[in-house]
Amino acid sequence: MKIVVLVKQVPEADKVAVDPETGTLIREGVASILNPYCEYALDQAAKLKQTYLEEDIEIIAISMGPPQAKIALMRCLELGADSAYLLSDRKFAGSDVWATSSALKEGIVNLVPDFDLILTGKQAIDGDTAQVPAETAEQLGIPQITYGVDVKLDRRRIEVKREVETGYQILSTRLPALVTMSKGSNIRRIPSMRQVLDARKKLLETASADDLNIDDSKIGLKASPTQVDKIFAPPIKTGGDIIDGSDPVLAAKKLLDYLVENNFLKR
Amino acid sequence: MLQIDYEACTGCKICERVCPFGAIIVEPETKKARVLDNCTLCGACVNACNFNALSIERKAVSEEELALYKDVFVWSEWEKKGDTLQIKNVALELIAKGRELADKLGETIAVILLGKNVDHLVDELFHHGADKVFLCQHDLLENYSTDGYTTVISSIIAVEKPSIVLYGATPNGRDLAPRIAARLALGLTADCTGLDINSVNQLVQTRPAFGGNIMASIISPYTRPQMSTVRPNVFAKLQPDTTRTGIVEEVEVTLKPISIRTKIVEEIVSQDESTNIEDAEILVSAGRGIGSKESLSLISDMAEELDATVSGSRALVDLGWIPHPQQVGQSGKTVAPTLYFALGISGAIQHLVGMSSSDTIVSINNDPDAPIFKVTDFGIVGDIFEIIPEFIKLLKARENK
Repeated sequence: MKIVVLVKQVPEADKVAVDPETGTLIREGVASILNPYCEYALDQAAKLKQTYLEEDIEIIAISMGPPQAKIALMRCLELGADSAYLLSDRKFAGSDVWATSSALKEGIVNLVPDFDLILTGKQAIDGDTAQVPAETAEQLGIPQITYGVDVKLDRRRIEVKREVETGYQILSTRLPALVTMSKGSNIRRIPSMRQVLDARKKLLETASADDLNIDDSKIGLKASPTQVDKIFAPPIKTGGDIIDGSDPVLAAKKLLDYLVENNFLKR
Repeated sequence: MLQIDYEACTGCKICERVCPFGAIIVEPETKKARVLDNCTLCGACVNACNFNALSIERKAVSEEELALYKDVFVWSEWEKKGDTLQIKNVALELIAKGRELADKLGETIAVILLGKNVDHLVDELFHHGADKVFLCQHDLLENYSTDGYTTVISSIIAVEKPSIVLYGATPNGRDLAPRIAARLALGLTADCTGLDINSVNQLVQTRPAFGGNIMASIISPYTRPQMSTVRPNVFAKLQPDTTRTGIVEEVEVTLKPISIRTKIVEEIVSQDESTNIEDAEILVSAGRGIGSKESLSLISDMAEELDATVSGSRALVDLGWIPHPQQVGQSGKTVAPTLYFALGISGAIQHLVGMSSSDTIVSINNDPDAPIFKVTDFGIVGDIFEIIPEFIKLLKARENK
């Protein structure tokens, strides 16, 4: 069985800011990491591989990004992927959700045509759109289950525990299918020395748009229905009254007064 | 235009079986698929074909064609409350915003309502500002499914040609909207916090990115409709006007079971969730600063005194101290209660984007530099374990008076 894990390299999101003078992104000094939700997807793939030994699961990590995204794929190899492909080409630059999922679809169809399951993170922490997985599933014409927290295999079917607003639902579908993961083990795993060394022996290849025979009309800025009009810094809020709470009795009294004055207490 | 690759087509008839409109048949003589005139380009057959024999070519729209796309559509999601169905607040909020956009464009606003036995919900949609409702009822629409809902809504969009379609950014809305966008080759902007019309009648969609550290405005100049998802509690709904009415257009739905590929095995309603935190008027929210699971009782005692609902930051959900449905923030819910207590919450940007539109924010934190104080209306720099018990005492004393 082949499991494709789609991953993204992201800047540590809360360190990115907009230069208020120029309106451009300040990315200097911001480290790039493997998107945490993608790591959950990889964890889930590794867990399936260990649980269903009879399925002889092979894990293939695929990412689209600039050449340095290889670092994120190397981490995937350390954490249990068997091979990895980076879709990297200047032609992909400026791709929005639709164009990105087009490229990923072509990458999957060309590199792993016999895939059984695709696992992804529910969203990337930089764009936060959560849209690429569903659009990729649609372009591949396969069913999807979003916001998964656990996946079980049953021959050619999967059962997924999915987060919904009121709790969870258990959904089942036939393979091939795509599942997005919302959660996993919340401990950041540190690969062993052995895993780090082994990862260097695994396949890590880069494929260009031409390697994948992707039509230029399907990728990049020109194929993107959405365009960024402008970026700007969010409006800065000013704080209200902040009081000292070293005397808890007095602080509690002031809090009560504030709530009474503003008519919050109904009883 | 639906295209058939005759070399790839095996005449297996799966397209014939999944088509909701009976618009594709396999000719007995040639054993190849043929498209009929009533095809709506909903894409159900393209998804079902195992041989990649079917494709839909969707071209970018020319300037003249852009003008043909008119009206604002909103997908109206509902939820089950006990035995009754209720329109979700986010749908009513979107009708209010859609109403405003439609007025600016001089167009009308229509609501797409899917389900089984949902016709009694139609009046409420009119009361909140809708001009028209596309009512789609079918046994197979009783529960949300990606495949069923995508197919029905895609065909309505393909036939009706709206200029704008809005969806609530709920788990199901975020599952559905990108599926439709990919099927119709359209742009889609996620989690918009602002929607407006510019001088050339384009929809300007503003959204936070990089965890809320930057804002971006997005346009879709060459494709129609322009589509966005919006989180709950971002826009305000209109005061219902019970005298308002509108046009109901019943849409004939002919879904087949085979076209819905996911099955619901079980629904697990979280035991601990008494009310939906999105609807709560007062939220008492706890963060990592409470230190231990046992301290949660202090938080719930305070909530009880205030008739409030307990929520928490992602840290507490990750630790398993509170259930996921009660999580506030980027990976949880967006809330905007009249009063929000942030207790022992430092205020990471991912938390702030989920609660900063609350009417009034009260924070207690022992770190005077905690970012939460930047959005706070009334803050106390101090120890929650000392202040909250005193506060609860005062509330109790007040009640006994």
